[in-house]
Amino acid sequence: MSDRVTHLDCEEPLLVAEGLTKFYGPRMGCRDVSFELYEGEVLAIVGESGSGKSTLLQLLSSQLEADAGHVLYRMRDGVTRNLAKLDEAERRFLFRTDWGFVHQDAAQGLRMSVSAGANVGERLMAVGQRHYGNIRQSAAQWLERVEIDTARIDDAPRTFSGGMRQRLQIARNLVTEPRLVFMDEPTGGLDVSVQARLLDLLNRLVHELGLAVVIVTHDLGVARLLSHRMLVMKDGRAIETGLTDQVLDDPREPYTQLLVSSILPA
Amino acid sequence: MNAPAYNFAYLDEQTKRMIRRAILKAIAIPGYQVPFAGREMPMPYGWGTGGVQVTAAILGPDDVLKVIDQGSDDTTNAVSIRQFLKKTADVETTTRTSEATVIQTRHRIPETTLTENQVLVYQVPIPEPLRFLEPRETETRRMHAHEDYGLMHVKLYEDIARHGHIATTYAYPVKVDGRYVTDPSPTPKFDNPKMNNCAALQLFGAGREKRIYAIPPYTQVVSLDFEDYPFEPSRTDETCALCGADQTFLDEVIIDDKGGRMFVCSDTDFCETNRANTSRDAPWAAAGARGHV
Repeated sequence: MSDRVTHLDCEEPLLVAEGLTKFYGPRMGCRDVSFELYEGEVLAIVGESGSGKSTLLQLLSSQLEADAGHVLYRMRDGVTRNLAKLDEAERRFLFRTDWGFVHQDAAQGLRMSVSAGANVGERLMAVGQRHYGNIRQSAAQWLERVEIDTARIDDAPRTFSGGMRQRLQIARNLVTEPRLVFMDEPTGGLDVSVQARLLDLLNRLVHELGLAVVIVTHDLGVARLLSHRMLVMKDGRAIETGLTDQVLDDPREPYTQLLVSSILPA
Repeated sequence: MNAPAYNFAYLDEQTKRMIRRAILKAIAIPGYQVPFAGREMPMPYGWGTGGVQVTAAILGPDDVLKVIDQGSDDTTNAVSIRQFLKKTADVETTTRTSEATVIQTRHRIPETTLTENQVLVYQVPIPEPLRFLEPRETETRRMHAHEDYGLMHVKLYEDIARHGHIATTYAYPVKVDGRYVTDPSPTPKFDNPKMNNCAALQLFGAGREKRIYAIPPYTQVVSLDFEDYPFEPSRTDETCALCGADQTFLDEVIIDDKGGRMFVCSDTDFCETNRANTSRDAPWAAAGARGHV
């Protein structure tokens, strides 16, 4: 575990959430959530369905506007800025360069009717690359990195299996070398062996690229394998945070204890 | 001939003012699609209702009007619109490109180079170049606003990946004045270079979608491409069987049921003028000699 701690050498956090709150009418989506995320750090947000995990993820990635609180992000130029104060052009640029977003349903994150190569190349073209050969070469390299046969580069993702789609989605997000990737249940709906392979791949890429990741999952196994730190949510609140092994092996809150003890023994 | 029940050029003056304001705005922001309150015209959508409204709004009594459809002056669409404006505005009409001051067109740009005192009015079926890539109007507007045009290149990438070259042959997307990606209406990409730095004002009217856009005279118009797959205006490698021109856009005409065919200029005025100038008198013999019959 010791080799995983990478944030000690970088003093400024990459992302800071302060008092994030969101109401859906009278219902609470998420309330007063605060944390810091450092470069190269993987944070798992766990909790049962309806606990506010996805709301929190959307608030962090500024797809939802918070009713209270704010998110600060250290941009590539080193200046930390309040995401709510960015204009839309800056936000869109951030989204297609410095950030990635991996959806649970790959169809949401991919263009299902255009080829795998174009899916990976889209971000490059969006930031102004205009050389077909180079774009295609980058796409092929990324397919290789996510273990997709490069012979499939011209096939549409609708001909891909669930696991391949998910890996393609990851390649599409990583091609611009983002520093922060949001993942919403990336292993949901995949069978166990495919999940294992995907987690293995994610683990490797996260370490190779020094990615910061916020991963939402209800699978504590995923959290244990991938994350450095955990944030346990219940009824829209963050009830417990800490190092992953610490939270999982010695949970403090009764709810966390219940969650941990509900894992079926392997 | 002039039916007294109609205002000059069919539309009432208030409507013309509204359309002219849209045109002025379109000229001020080259390539930007300006919404306008398109009127019902006495012809079906898809027959050039947008083009006719633009033409009616800019037409003056001294104008000389030419209407072409696929380059031709004598097809139904061209004849009907020409007669309509002749009847309602009593303007002089012509088939000669060089004599016209206003040219309404469907799917072609005349071969003859246009001049400063001419206006080319395009009939546009679908003004949004991003439409088939992104169906949501709210999203395409946002993409235009942020110059978020990566998706357009995704389409060209797909073309090359599937066909080995950019297989889009008409409605080939252009960037106007370095800013807006614009649909040149379904003209063949052969015509795209003519739009660049054109001396004439180019106006585009889309009746069903109620949009007007414009390319002012002498504006830069660049066809989108890749550095290693540059834009190429495509042309059939044939000569016109009637006038012998080898630099024009050709129509392929089936002439019997045994596979016989001939290629002729799609621009009928250019072809006729060229024939008169070169005094070619027996085009059918010439076609036979070329082995197309």
